[in-house]
Amino acid sequence: MTQMESEQIAPTTRPRLSADSPSIDSGRIAEVSLGTPREEIERRERVFHVDDLDVSYGDNLVLRDVSIDIFEHTVTAFIGPSGCGKSTFIRCFNRMNDLIPNARVTGTVEYHGRDLYARVVDPVEVRRRIGMVFQKPNPFPKSIYDNVAFGPRVLGTKHGLDERVERCLRRAALWDEVKNRLGDSALSLSGGQQQRLCIARALATEPDVLLMDEPASALDPIATAAIEDLMRELKRDYTIIVVTHNMQQAARVADLTAFFSVELGEDGVDRHGVLVEYDTTTKLFTQPADRRTEDYVTGRFG
Amino acid sequence: MSRRTKSRLFVAAMMLCLGVSFGTLAWLLVTTLIDGIPALSQQLFIDPPSTVAEEAGARPAILATVYLAALLLLMAVPVGVLTAIYLEEYARKERWYNRLLELNIQNLAAVPSIVYGILGLAFVVRGPVSVGRVLLAGAIILTLLVLPTVIIASREAIRAVPGSIRQGGYALGATKWQVVSRQVLPASIPGIATGSILALSRAVGETAPLLLIGALQYVAFDPTILGAFTALPVQIYTWVKLPDPAFQTLAAAGIIVLLAIVLSMNAIAIFLRNRYRQTW
Repeated sequence: MTQMESEQIAPTTRPRLSADSPSIDSGRIAEVSLGTPREEIERRERVFHVDDLDVSYGDNLVLRDVSIDIFEHTVTAFIGPSGCGKSTFIRCFNRMNDLIPNARVTGTVEYHGRDLYARVVDPVEVRRRIGMVFQKPNPFPKSIYDNVAFGPRVLGTKHGLDERVERCLRRAALWDEVKNRLGDSALSLSGGQQQRLCIARALATEPDVLLMDEPASALDPIATAAIEDLMRELKRDYTIIVVTHNMQQAARVADLTAFFSVELGEDGVDRHGVLVEYDTTTKLFTQPADRRTEDYVTGRFG
Repeated sequence: MSRRTKSRLFVAAMMLCLGVSFGTLAWLLVTTLIDGIPALSQQLFIDPPSTVAEEAGARPAILATVYLAALLLLMAVPVGVLTAIYLEEYARKERWYNRLLELNIQNLAAVPSIVYGILGLAFVVRGPVSVGRVLLAGAIILTLLVLPTVIIASREAIRAVPGSIRQGGYALGATKWQVVSRQVLPASIPGIATGSILALSRAVGETAPLLLIGALQYVAFDPTILGAFTALPVQIYTWVKLPDPAFQTLAAAGIIVLLAIVLSMNAIAIFLRNRYRQTW
């Protein structure tokens, strides 16, 4: 995204978001080369192909008829008002919704062309390939080392653990801060460090996709900026999907952005999420095709 | 009445309640100690009971109580913890049989101990199991008695482990058992240990069910798991009933020993809890 475009967004969105957005944005946006044209992104390998996906909890339809493609080495952001099902949706990619007793997912989710919900697919294997970072940092009550080593250990890896732990902590830009106290409890780290530890932990299972569910919403501006730097850095090797309620964050890190909204059901009572618009972040924020997107990104609704 | 007065009145009321319970406890403790200390000698620990107060000890009863506590630990804790894990982590709450199970356990925790004694007499001592009036039968009955409490305490401890920890484990490709055994269980051990040992120390003081299944009032030999037995609370009960005041003193000494056993079990619970808290 160029400097000029970022200024088009800023005046309308900043007043709403000032509480959790760093003051360093405008400079930051300029130095990052987002704004890759859509045609170029679409030439990349398709990691996920979602078609006609419905998700319901019990009798309650949460998401209706979502179709989307996720491309390799791309940061894709899901934005939208609360209750639009974006967190539910991101959990479909690593089958975390399976853990909710009455959740039901119908439709197609293909991962590198293979049906993720096929009977023969083991959700445990899926989650190894597709890492996840949660909204609130959730380090295990163990040492920093054991946190990163947890994933490899449950997969039965015993050799080369030290190297792998170091490599992942370096990738998560945390190594220099913790290298002298790997045996300390992970709970002694600050919130931002904990979240980077959770990213390192997710990298340790050697996934190729990272799902991030509002990864910075519990963090201060400085820690948020660190996580965003990390996302831009990691997309060279990983495919990243991020849910965020912070539109500036989407503008700063995402190549593609999907806008979700809430729709009333036919009975006028049920509410469920739908995918309204999916395009390059630049296009979505500056020339949205749908009225609802425009209202949301300009701050008139949400 | 002003807000300040109300506030002070409330504090005064709390202090009164605290005073009543503390005072009663202290009074019991002091009178027991005064009564019992004269009889608290080596003889109490090495001699079997006797009809002559001067020669009487409680060695078989003390040993049996220690055996009972050990057997309880071996039987009640594994069964209780596994049941709690099933109910918290595996059971689907919307199934009727799981709800029934849950309701049942909660009700069983409130059943008077004498009822367990009757059950034990009918099913363990006689009836289907028929092990006879032996120490193992006593241990089985006490296990049944504390099981609901152990299950409830363990469930509380398991439930206190935040869901985000489980999610974190699953998201890294851990199986259900790996999440339970490497995250949930270690994190809940302090709570489980505390709850279980407190339940056991209550069971160790139980008298009624043991009397009912026929714990003997006089046992002059060391207990075995499959032999006749008495237990410390039963021994105390026996002594208290005797008219000779010398036996009352012995009973007080027995109470001191029982208290020491129970308090050291509680101390172990606190120690375990603190130790595990430190390692993380």
